[in-house]
Amino acid sequence: MTVRNSLLALLAEQPMHGYQLKQEFERRTGGTWPLNIGQVYTTVQRLVRDGLVVPVPQGETGPAEDVPVERFRLTPDGEAEAAGWWSRPVERGAPARDELAIKLALAVTVPGVDVAAMIQAQRTETLRSLRDYTRLKASAARAGAAEGADLAWSLVLDNLVFAAEAEVRWLDHVEARVARAARAGGLRAKASTDATGASTPSEGATGPRATGDASTHHSTAAPSGRRGAP
Amino acid sequence: MSLGPVLLRLAGVGRTHGEGDLAVHALRDVDLEVRVGELVAVMGPSGSGKSTLLNLAGGLDTPTTGTVTLAGTEVAGMDARGRARLRRRSVGYVFQDFNLVPALTAAENVALPRELDGVAARAARTEALDALTAVGVAEVADRFPDELSGGQRQRVAIARALAGPRRLVLADEPTGALDSVTGEEVMQVLRARVDAGAAGLLVTHEARFAAWADRTIFLRDGVVVDTTGFAPGPDELLAGSTRTGRGR
Repeated sequence: MTVRNSLLALLAEQPMHGYQLKQEFERRTGGTWPLNIGQVYTTVQRLVRDGLVVPVPQGETGPAEDVPVERFRLTPDGEAEAAGWWSRPVERGAPARDELAIKLALAVTVPGVDVAAMIQAQRTETLRSLRDYTRLKASAARAGAAEGADLAWSLVLDNLVFAAEAEVRWLDHVEARVARAARAGGLRAKASTDATGASTPSEGATGPRATGDASTHHSTAAPSGRRGAP
Repeated sequence: MSLGPVLLRLAGVGRTHGEGDLAVHALRDVDLEVRVGELVAVMGPSGSGKSTLLNLAGGLDTPTTGTVTLAGTEVAGMDARGRARLRRRSVGYVFQDFNLVPALTAAENVALPRELDGVAARAARTEALDALTAVGVAEVADRFPDELSGGQRQRVAIARALAGPRRLVLADEPTGALDSVTGEEVMQVLRARVDAGAAGLLVTHEARFAAWADRTIFLRDGVVVDTTGFAPGPDELLAGSTRTGRGR
């Protein structure tokens, strides 16, 4: 749907051929989501089939064309569809599949996973990409004035920046909730760990860590334990 | 970016309050180096030791164990007066609530610590104007803090922190009182000043601002639990820019 609507929006500006559509899409989004040329043509063919786009008849594209490349333009229905995209909010009904959310949901239910360590590793990784986006943004800002496409790319980068920030905040929240849940169910969890006898060094580290900040002495034991693990 | 000499070095630094069973380990075994040209962020929940780290880094406090070396001088061996002098010469602070003297103009605020350090008034004013120019607010030099916006006040504070020969800026939640766009502009200024030959240690709980640093260390219960490591070079970044999407 995104590619389809984007191509309609681009064609609303002027008729274009397939490769031009690909280039314009990538230029305005800073190459963040590269398009496959085959995907562009397949989508255009579907738009033609649905009566939203028609090929521009040969000869109308101007006599200076060396190579006859097929250009496409919107039909009145296509124009209505393109205009409708701007006025319709993007649907958020069905959440996209998010590997991290799924991984965490499984981690808190599968026994023996060091959730705290997993959260910290993710936080570090997300902050790394946040830093990279920030640097790209700074270099984009240095490189040029607020020309249309530069502004567009910088806004796309902002989107990635804010999404990464939200992810870090969510991880903080998850960490606090997991720690609280562990405090509440601490005795129960300890009893079951002792029963299975599964006390590897890394699992041993989750114990005091997961019980949270009740005492400095306890909770600091975990990270150093983790560092000592292979 | 090529990094310069080490301005701040913490080696095996620990800070304990109290003794025996009552001892609280505010910080344990922290190793950290900040070089000229480098901005390092510190993140962690409240009570994780961020402020203790900043106080030790600025010579406001002395470690229980380990050593703090500031601009080539080890802080531990110095008396309070010596530390104060070293601080004035080498370190500048930026706080969340700006901490500008309300009765002084922007330029006077920037010049004040230099005058306290014995620099003649005229020379201190020249340094102040240079510092204000470097952070892009030369035009407000003769205005009072309450005539400035939050973003301008924080730029003045950054100018004050790096006026004269000082090269190390310690920033404690510098964007905390600013809206998101202004906060970003202040981070840009801080970044630019560091790139121009300073070193910075930034405490923040906001990932978006920590992202301006070259690397971030994570503190928890007084211990460094993780670090992002150094940032990749620009070539590597641009090569990666076409695959920044999540690829679902």
